[in-house]
Amino acid sequence: MRRYAALRLAQAAGVLWAAYTVSFLVLDLLPGDPVSAMAGAGADQAGVDPAQIARLRSEYGFDDPIPVQYVHYLGRALRGDFGDSVAGGRPVTSVIGDALPSTLQLVAAGMALAVLFGGGLALAATYTARRWLRQLLLSLPPLGVSVPTFWAGLMLVEIFSFRARLLPAFGNGGLRGLILPAVTLAIPTGAIVAQVLAKSLLTALDEPYIQTARAKGAGRPRIHLRHALRNASLPALTVVGVLVGQLMANSVVIETVFSRNGLGRVTAGAVAAQDIPLVQGVVVFGALVFVLVNLIVDLVYPLLDPRIAAAGGRRWRPA
Amino acid sequence: MTDPQETPLLEVAGLSVSYLTRTERVRAVRGADLDVRPGEIVALVGESGSGKSTTAHAVLRLLAPNASLDAGTVRFAGRDLAALSERELRTVRGARIGLVPQDPGVALNPVKRIGEQVAEVLRLHGLATRRTAPAAAVEALERAGMPEPAVRARQYPHELSGGMRQRALIAVAIAAGPQLIVADEPTSALDVTVQRRILDHLQHLTEELGTAVLLVTHDLGVAADRAARIAVMSQGRVVESGPARRIIEDPQDAYTRRLLDSAPSLTAVRARPRPTAPPEPGEPDDVLVIAEHLVKDFPLPRGRTVRAVDDVGLTLHRGRTLALVGESGSGKSTTARMILRLVPPTSGRIVFDGEDVTAAGGAALRRLRRRAQLVYQNPYASLDPRFSIGEVITEPLRAFRVGDRASRAARARELLDRVALPAATLERRPAELSGGQRQRVAIARALALEPDLVVCDEPVSALDVSVQAQVLDLLAELQDGTGLAYLFISHDLAVVRQIAHRVAVMKAGRVVETGATGALFGDPAHEYTRELLAAIPGGDARNGAAGARLLEERT
Repeated sequence: MRRYAALRLAQAAGVLWAAYTVSFLVLDLLPGDPVSAMAGAGADQAGVDPAQIARLRSEYGFDDPIPVQYVHYLGRALRGDFGDSVAGGRPVTSVIGDALPSTLQLVAAGMALAVLFGGGLALAATYTARRWLRQLLLSLPPLGVSVPTFWAGLMLVEIFSFRARLLPAFGNGGLRGLILPAVTLAIPTGAIVAQVLAKSLLTALDEPYIQTARAKGAGRPRIHLRHALRNASLPALTVVGVLVGQLMANSVVIETVFSRNGLGRVTAGAVAAQDIPLVQGVVVFGALVFVLVNLIVDLVYPLLDPRIAAAGGRRWRPA
Repeated sequence: MTDPQETPLLEVAGLSVSYLTRTERVRAVRGADLDVRPGEIVALVGESGSGKSTTAHAVLRLLAPNASLDAGTVRFAGRDLAALSERELRTVRGARIGLVPQDPGVALNPVKRIGEQVAEVLRLHGLATRRTAPAAAVEALERAGMPEPAVRARQYPHELSGGMRQRALIAVAIAAGPQLIVADEPTSALDVTVQRRILDHLQHLTEELGTAVLLVTHDLGVAADRAARIAVMSQGRVVESGPARRIIEDPQDAYTRRLLDSAPSLTAVRARPRPTAPPEPGEPDDVLVIAEHLVKDFPLPRGRTVRAVDDVGLTLHRGRTLALVGESGSGKSTTARMILRLVPPTSGRIVFDGEDVTAAGGAALRRLRRRAQLVYQNPYASLDPRFSIGEVITEPLRAFRVGDRASRAARARELLDRVALPAATLERRPAELSGGQRQRVAIARALALEPDLVVCDEPVSALDVSVQAQVLDLLAELQDGTGLAYLFISHDLAVVRQIAHRVAVMKAGRVVETGATGALFGDPAHEYTRELLAAIPGGDARNGAAGARLLEERT
């Protein structure tokens, strides 16, 4: 078990390093010059002073060869210093730190709703003995996956805010303001959770050990929840870990649609303004959240399935 | 202790069960009748698709969702189980009737501890409380013959061997003290020696507890050894039933007779004509493969290794069959895979037709691939479901760029003819064929390149006995008059006796005994070989049947 955990931790660190390196290289290769963007900010393009540009270049170290720059910036990033945002002049970490709570709230609420309703749907669909009801319930997830997020958001706003006037349409106004964006975010995510869990529940319910449980005299609820669900939860758990990344990406759209402040808006703004330190900071931070969640998922696996730790760190998946 | 006049504990009458498939309603059981008296072992025998498992499961009403119980009664201790509600049935399942399922590898919940799974049946029927259940579970495991039951109770299924898992399942079945145990092929997934120990224990245990057993099996030898009475099923009907001895010695039904004739464990002497003179070792042009001092280590976590094959030496002769016999884990498949160079040996030497191929690579390895082919155990998994049979058979030809399209198609037709399948089979898909037909296709594919050696890895163990006999006949026929050599891997000594010229017995990675088939079966030198031979089911019946036949000839 200790070996398994150590292996997972090393992998997590590797992923973070790769995310930093790839984003560094990609941002460096992109056309567009951060320095002229900086110098041009607030000033007329025509009035940019070449001497000023040269000074900025050496100040930011852009004159050094790429490997030197890379080592320099990686060393700073390891100490938690991602430099200053070009646009606002504030440290990248504090820009992200300010936007973070609102986004985390949104992502957490979205994931909670997705797991609750997606999981509930999967359980209900596989539990019911009525064929038509099962077919109906199982046809919902594909629908949920195919609905575009921004469209679902706009529809919800139209119905619940503008027509029914039940919930606020935008802003960061407390819990009530969280409902619509979280629901919008949860629709595609919950649909995928439902699809994966329903599929693996149906597979698990077909396994011979389910028949053994029936032969013991166990009832349907017990068989469903005590025997099948635990075996079926692994693939769903894997998907939840991966979907956290998707949720963070979707929050860019959601925060725009609902005019919420948060990391998504910061990202959109930073990309538009070619604010390279901030973009890099957001990428690495996003990777950090993703890696942490998946690390937790990996550490939960052996608790659910004793065969995983026994496999010596190799990940074992039920077919 | 059984009184023939006693009222039956279980009485199945006119039972009909059908399955609704996508296209039609398949009638799996058509009016089956069966009874089991208290404390009695009744064997329900038949081939796959005969409806024997469906009948057994219908007793507990443990049928698939697409199955329906169309007609008939299942009277158990005075009640008709077929008419009970699901809620009432739950008080019967586990408590009054226990089930020992078929495959212990998959019949235990992988994420729950053994003790927990045994305790569950006691808790469900109010026979133990949360506090007393763990101890009661350990006790049930002990009665089921589990070694170190207290330790095993805390382990998970994957930490136990197949035999121990089956004992855990027996513990589940007997824990609540049922009057009847339905055992559905309880040992067919286990090695013969383990099979014998488990069945011995089940028999003693049920005698001691006075529990009746409905033993479902495809193996007439097992039925003859264990049951007081046998019921033979074919195509959803019980075609014959009666005292075990009578069924074996004096079968009335034609189907029972056919089943008896093809059962390898009951056939005393090989019926198949095989060249009797063992090939003379030492004739250099006769030898095809020499394997010397083969060793294979597999890595384990933390840098340890396990030695799967330990200093094995084998010699294969042209036109002869060498059988490699042993239990699962004895290293017989690994040895064969090393000879085929599918697995690199840790050390040792392999000489194929005079050429050292131990470290062959590139063109030399490809030449070996062409001359040595493999037939797998499971014909349901070894054929690509999306290929037509023609594509399956010609794939080796395409891989080696042999001939053009037309000549390959002609070759495929010729091969199908040699394995006795109609030419129309070419256009069909594997899913449309039966298990026996599929194995014929796999054999045709192995022969496509006219190899010198075909390794058959348990080629008939997934097939019904009557089909087994046909496939074994085919293999023998294909070999006669050609120089084809077989390396025949099997755990089933009864099958080996019918096909092999020489036998090598493997145990724990080593060859413990080698010899000509007749000599080895007639006069086994090694203790382990004797143990294996004794474990072949149907021993008494074999002697009995042979005796009966002798009598018949005299009168």
